[in-house]
Amino acid sequence: MNTTIMLFLLQDGITNGAIYALLGLALVLVFAVTRVILIPQGEFVTYGALSYAMLATGQVPGTVRLAVAMGLVAFALDLFFARKALHARLVIRSVALNIVFPVALLGLVYALVGPHTPIAVNIALALLIVAAIGLFLYRIAFQPIAHTSVLVLLIASVGCHLALQGLGLVFFGAEGLRGPALSSAAVTAGPLRFTGQSLAVYGLTVGFIVALWLFFGYTKTGKALRATAVNRLGARLVGIRTTLSGQIAFLLASVIGAISGILIVPITTLYYDTGFLIGLKGFIAAIIGGLVSYPLTAVAAIVVGIVEAFSSFYASNFKEVIVFTLILPVLVLRSLAAPQVEEEKD
Amino acid sequence: MTQRLPLIIFALVMAVIPLLPGIPPFWIVLLDNIGLAALVAMGLVLLTGVGGLTSFGQAAFCGFGAYTTAVLTTAYGVSPWLTLPASLLVSGIAAVLLGLVTVRLSGHYLPLGTIAWGIGLFYLFSKLEFLGRNDGISGIPPLSIGAFKMLSPDTIYYAIWVAVLLSALLTMNLLDSRTGRAIRALRRGHVAAEAFGVQTPRAKLLVFIYAAVLAGLSGWLYAHFQRAANPTPFGAQAGIEYLFIAVVGGAGYVWGGVLGAAIVVILKEVLQSYLPYIFGGQSQLETIVFGIMLVLLLQLAPQGVWPWLMSKLPFKPTRKTPDTSVKLEHRERAPGTSPVLLHIEKARKQFGGVLAVNDVSFDVNAREIVALIGPNGAGKSTTFNLITGVLAATGGKILVQGKEVENAPPQEVVKLGVSRTFQHVKLVPDMTVLENVAIGAHLRGNSGAIASMLRLDRADEAKLLAEAARQIERVGLSDQIDQLAGSLSLGQQRIVEIARALCVDPMLLLLDEPAAGLRHMEKQRLAALLRQLRDGGMSVLLVEHDMGFVMDLADRIVVLDFGTKIAEGTPAAIKRNPDVIKAYLGAAA
Repeated sequence: MNTTIMLFLLQDGITNGAIYALLGLALVLVFAVTRVILIPQGEFVTYGALSYAMLATGQVPGTVRLAVAMGLVAFALDLFFARKALHARLVIRSVALNIVFPVALLGLVYALVGPHTPIAVNIALALLIVAAIGLFLYRIAFQPIAHTSVLVLLIASVGCHLALQGLGLVFFGAEGLRGPALSSAAVTAGPLRFTGQSLAVYGLTVGFIVALWLFFGYTKTGKALRATAVNRLGARLVGIRTTLSGQIAFLLASVIGAISGILIVPITTLYYDTGFLIGLKGFIAAIIGGLVSYPLTAVAAIVVGIVEAFSSFYASNFKEVIVFTLILPVLVLRSLAAPQVEEEKD
Repeated sequence: MTQRLPLIIFALVMAVIPLLPGIPPFWIVLLDNIGLAALVAMGLVLLTGVGGLTSFGQAAFCGFGAYTTAVLTTAYGVSPWLTLPASLLVSGIAAVLLGLVTVRLSGHYLPLGTIAWGIGLFYLFSKLEFLGRNDGISGIPPLSIGAFKMLSPDTIYYAIWVAVLLSALLTMNLLDSRTGRAIRALRRGHVAAEAFGVQTPRAKLLVFIYAAVLAGLSGWLYAHFQRAANPTPFGAQAGIEYLFIAVVGGAGYVWGGVLGAAIVVILKEVLQSYLPYIFGGQSQLETIVFGIMLVLLLQLAPQGVWPWLMSKLPFKPTRKTPDTSVKLEHRERAPGTSPVLLHIEKARKQFGGVLAVNDVSFDVNAREIVALIGPNGAGKSTTFNLITGVLAATGGKILVQGKEVENAPPQEVVKLGVSRTFQHVKLVPDMTVLENVAIGAHLRGNSGAIASMLRLDRADEAKLLAEAARQIERVGLSDQIDQLAGSLSLGQQRIVEIARALCVDPMLLLLDEPAAGLRHMEKQRLAALLRQLRDGGMSVLLVEHDMGFVMDLADRIVVLDFGTKIAEGTPAAIKRNPDVIKAYLGAAA
C-alpha cells in the first residue's frame, strides 16, 4: 500500500465516521433522556435524504403525508389521554402542534415544490418533515409506555423501525436515489481533494458535538433532560415536564438523522433500507461510548469509519462482518470493566 | 397425571390434523412453519421471558443448525440423522463463544450486542464460499426412515411437531426444577439468587445455550424441510421476528411461544395475501402492519396473549402440595470449635470519599441474638453486605467460625452457613411462595439441568420442596404457600424471605429489618420464632428500627453511627448509654 491510498482510505473513513458520529450522538442523546434505544434512527436518515432527493426533482415526498397522518393520531391520543381533564389551553396547544403544524407543512411543500426550488428551501422542508415525524413518533409509540423497562422500549423501537422502513419502500420505491450536492466548491491539499460536501460533514459533526456537550453540561434544560432519564418520577416531582423532555430528544434526534442523510445522499446512492445499516454503525459507536459519553462516541465513530474504509479495501466481502464484530471486543472490555450493579426491573 | 392431560390432548389433535380428509396441503405447510418458529420462540421464552436476557440474534443460531447439516449432507454425504447432533453441537458451541461475551453484559448492552452479532453472522453466511454465498446451498437430502423419505410437507410435519412437543415437555420440566427456579430468579437481578448459592453467570450461559440449541434444531429441520439453506431466513429481520413471536404469545410462557408462532405465521400469511388487494400491489406492506402491531401490543397487552387466555379459563390448574414427611439431609457443617460464630475485626468500606463502615469490630457468639442498630445511613446494611460478600471490604477481617472469608463471593459465604434477608424484599413476584422459599435450599440439592429435563430429579426435588414447605409452616405462612409472592403484603413478603433464609439450614441468620411492615401480633410471633431458633442452636444478627422489638429480643446490641461503632452491650446498658441517646435524639441543648 502506498501513502496516497492510505490517505484516501483515511479520508473516506473519516467522512463516513463523521456521519456515524452524528448518528451515534443522536442515539446517545435519545437514550440518555428517554432510555429508548432508537433503532428507527436509520429511518430518519433515509427519510431526510430521500425526501430531500425527491424534493430536488420536483416531487412531493410521501413522508409529508405521513407527518400529517401521524399528527392526527397524536392529536387523537392527546385527547384520549386527557379526556378526564380537557381544558381549552391543552386542546389548542394540541391542535396547533399536531394538526396545524403538519398541515401547514403539507401546504408549504405543495406551494414551494418544483424543479427550480433552491437547495436551501428543499433542505429546510426535508428537515421540517422529518422533525415532525420524529416528534409524533415519540408521542404515538413511546410516550404511552415511557415508564416501562429499557427492554420494552427497545422492542417497541424495533417495531417502529419495521413500520417506518416498510413505509419507506412505499414512499420512495425500491430504486435508490441521489441528491444534488450542497456546494460544488472543493479544496485540494496534496494528493487529497476535499469537497465542500465533506467539509460540511466535518464542520457539522464538530459543531453538534460541541453544542450537545455544552447543552447537556451547562444549560438548565439540558440538565433537566438528563434528570428525566435517571428518574422520571423524581424529575416530575421537581417540576420537569418529562413528556416535553422526550419530545425534545426525539426532535433533536430526527433532525440530526435527517441532516446526516442530506449530507450523504449527494455522495452515495441511498435506498429505502440503507438507513438501517448506517444507523447501526452509529450504534456501534454509541455502544463503544457506553451510551453516555459524547466525545467517546465521536471518537469511536471515526474508528468505525476508518476500519470500514480499510476493510472494504482489503476484504471488501467481509466489510460488514468486520465492522459488526468490532463490537464484540468492546463488549468484552465493557463487561470486564462494568461494575456489577443491581438493576431494579419491572 | 392431570398436568400432562392438556399436553396429551394437544399432541393427539396435532397428530390427527394431517390425516383429516380435505385438509388443504397449504395448511400443513403453515403448521410446519408454525412448528419451526415455535421451537425458536420456546428458546426465547426461556432466555428472554424467564431469564430476562433479550436476544435479537436467535435467527443466526438457526443458521448454524441449517448450514451445518447442509454442508455435511451435500459436501460430505453424511446421513441427515447423523448431522442432527452435529447441528446441535455447532449451535451450542457458537452459543458458548457468543454467550461468554454477551451474558455478562447487563441490561441493554445484551440486546444491542445480539443485534450486532446477528447482523455480522448474517453477512458471514452470505459471504463464505463454502456456504454458497448469497445463493446458499441447495439439494439437501430429505429426512428418511428406511426407504421412507420425508419429502412432502405432511410427512416432515411429524418430525417437526414431535420436536416441538418434546422440546416443550423438556422445557417445562426444566422450569419446574431446582435449576429452573435459579433461572427464573435471574430476571429479578442477581443479588438475591447469588445469596443462596446460585452461580448466576453459569445459569445465564445455560439458558443461552439451551435457546441456541433449540434454534439450531429448528434450523436443522428447516434445512431438511426446504431442502435448501440461504442466508435470508437467518438475518436480523428474522431475529427480530422471533422476538416478536415470543412477545406476542407471552414471553414468560412455554406455550406462549407456540401460540405466538401460530398467531404471527398465520397473520403474516393473511397479510401477505390480502394487503396487496387493499393497497394495490405494494410489497413489504406486512412489515408496516407488523411493526405497528408490535408497538400497539406492547401498549395494550405487554404480557402477551397466552396469560390473557389463561386468565379466561373457567378452571385453575391445581398444584400438588409437597409431602412434608420427606426428610432433607442437613447441610454438612464444619466442625465448630470456637464459640465465636462471626468475628468482625476492623471491617472498613469506602465508597469513593464516603466512609460507610469505619473499622467496625464485633462478634456474634453461638446461640445469640445480636441487634445492629443505628440511625439511617449508619452503615448497617453495608455491614450486612460486607459479611455476605455482596460488597468487597476495603479493609479489615471477617471470620466465620474462625475461618477468614477474605472477600469471598456470596455463593461461598452461604456455604459457610450464613444466610440473609434483604432490606428491600427481593422475591420473584411471579413465583409462588413455595418456589421462592425453595430457592433457599438451592445448595442442598444437586440435580442438574439435564436430570431436571428428563425428570430424573424428582426424589431430590421432593426433598427440597418438602423442606421449603416445612420452613413455610415454621414461619406460619402455610395458608399462602401457593400464592404468588408478589400478591402478599410487604410484611408477609419479609416473612417469606426469612423462610427462604431458613431453607439454607444456616448457623447464622442475618435479618435486615425483618419487623418493618408487620403488625403488633405478627411482630410478637416473629420474636417468638427467633427465640425458638436461638434456643435450637442458631444465631441471629438483625438490623431493626423498632426499638421495643429489639430491646425485648436481643441478647446484645451493637450501635453504629456514621459508620462507626459507638456502643455495644446488653439492651439495658444501651438504653442508658449517653452516646447512643445523643446519636438518636441529638445532644441535649
